Amino acid sequence: MTELQDGRGDNDVLDVAIIGAGPAGLTAGLYAARSGLSCAMFERLTPGGQLATTEHLENYPGFIQSTSGFELTMIMHEQATAFGARTIGEEVMAVDLAAVPKRITTAFGAYEAKAVIVATGSRPAKLELPMEPELEGRGVSYCATCDGNFYRGKDVVVVGGGDTAAADAIYLARICRKVYLVHRRDALRATAIYHQRLQELENLEFVWDSEVVNYLAEDGKVGGVRVRGVKDGAERDIAASGVFIAIGMRPNTEFLEGQLPLDEVGYVMADERGATEVAGVFAAGDVRTKVLRQAVTAVSDGAVCADEIAEFLS
Amino acid sequence: MSEVISSADFQSKVLDADKPVLVDFFATWCGPCRMLAPVLDEVAGEVAGRAYVYKVDIDQSPDLAGKYGVSSVPTLIAFENGQIKKQTLGAQPKQNLLAMLG
Repeated sequence: MTELQDGRGDNDVLDVAIIGAGPAGLTAGLYAARSGLSCAMFERLTPGGQLATTEHLENYPGFIQSTSGFELTMIMHEQATAFGARTIGEEVMAVDLAAVPKRITTAFGAYEAKAVIVATGSRPAKLELPMEPELEGRGVSYCATCDGNFYRGKDVVVVGGGDTAAADAIYLARICRKVYLVHRRDALRATAIYHQRLQELENLEFVWDSEVVNYLAEDGKVGGVRVRGVKDGAERDIAASGVFIAIGMRPNTEFLEGQLPLDEVGYVMADERGATEVAGVFAAGDVRTKVLRQAVTAVSDGAVCADEIAEFLS
Repeated sequence: MSEVISSADFQSKVLDADKPVLVDFFATWCGPCRMLAPVLDEVAGEVAGRAYVYKVDIDQSPDLAGKYGVSSVPTLIAFENGQIKKQTLGAQPKQNLLAMLG
């Protein structure tokens, strides 16, 4: 957002460029600014990342009643900028991390920085089935709280077995006639607290040990899915107007190809301090290799990376 | 803030407009819509004079949502001379919005 760039000369070299302003990037900005570093957070949309689209946040310490992820990230952003972190509302398209200083190219300009924190997060994985691109927005959705209302009173399918799939199924069961939860295993990966809530839903049917192998389309819209048993190979067609995909995430790291070591899925390889193999380049939040991807671990990563950079630049 | 228009205004403000129009079909309860809103407002400011940017609240104007087959929010549709020129789903960065308006 341009109004936040006031007073900045285009030739200034930033101490730290933070790519992505979700909880990891916003916390890195807060800590970097408080350490006296000049820093800018580059963000393609409004700050907040995935956390901002979380309707009810129940596991962020300090909030006993579920809070809105959007409100929380707005406060995080206000806090970081109050201490002097700048927000640049431009999407980063390419980086040159070997250059001195490091070079960041956005859709609208070029910037230089002594150090970089990659905090670009991740996005929902797709099933990668035929017809999927055409059916997105015509029955295929990656956001139950966004699109659930369009399927009020109808039958829908949720695909996945983690926390997102469980939360989506619970949400959709309140507004849809019937919810099928299709999972390729015979038990959910979701956190225990979701299991009982799911069991109590009368309009939920578990479809265990099954994978979606095809979309069934009617008049250019989703009419259902074909699932196949992973153990017996048996196929079954499920009629549904909506299919909600919650099969995990993919990191937003395409712009880093050839610049940073990535793992086989595309996550940025980083050590406990957030350091990558490239000097002065760190990674924080969901985009990095780690065990638990949550808002609370993202903010922790952001703090650690900013602290490491303060030391790196001293 | 980009103006929220209703079904009654749609013909005159969008379909009969003398310049390209970008319409954001949104809902007040949709997270990605809220992420998009400030970006949309920024674009509206930049294209003022050569294009129009409006928002349609799908709960206030279900007839428009139905007419344009909106079943995911946010959906962005660019109109020119009353015809759909481009259409995208989900929150988009600024350069994509500008590209939709040519």
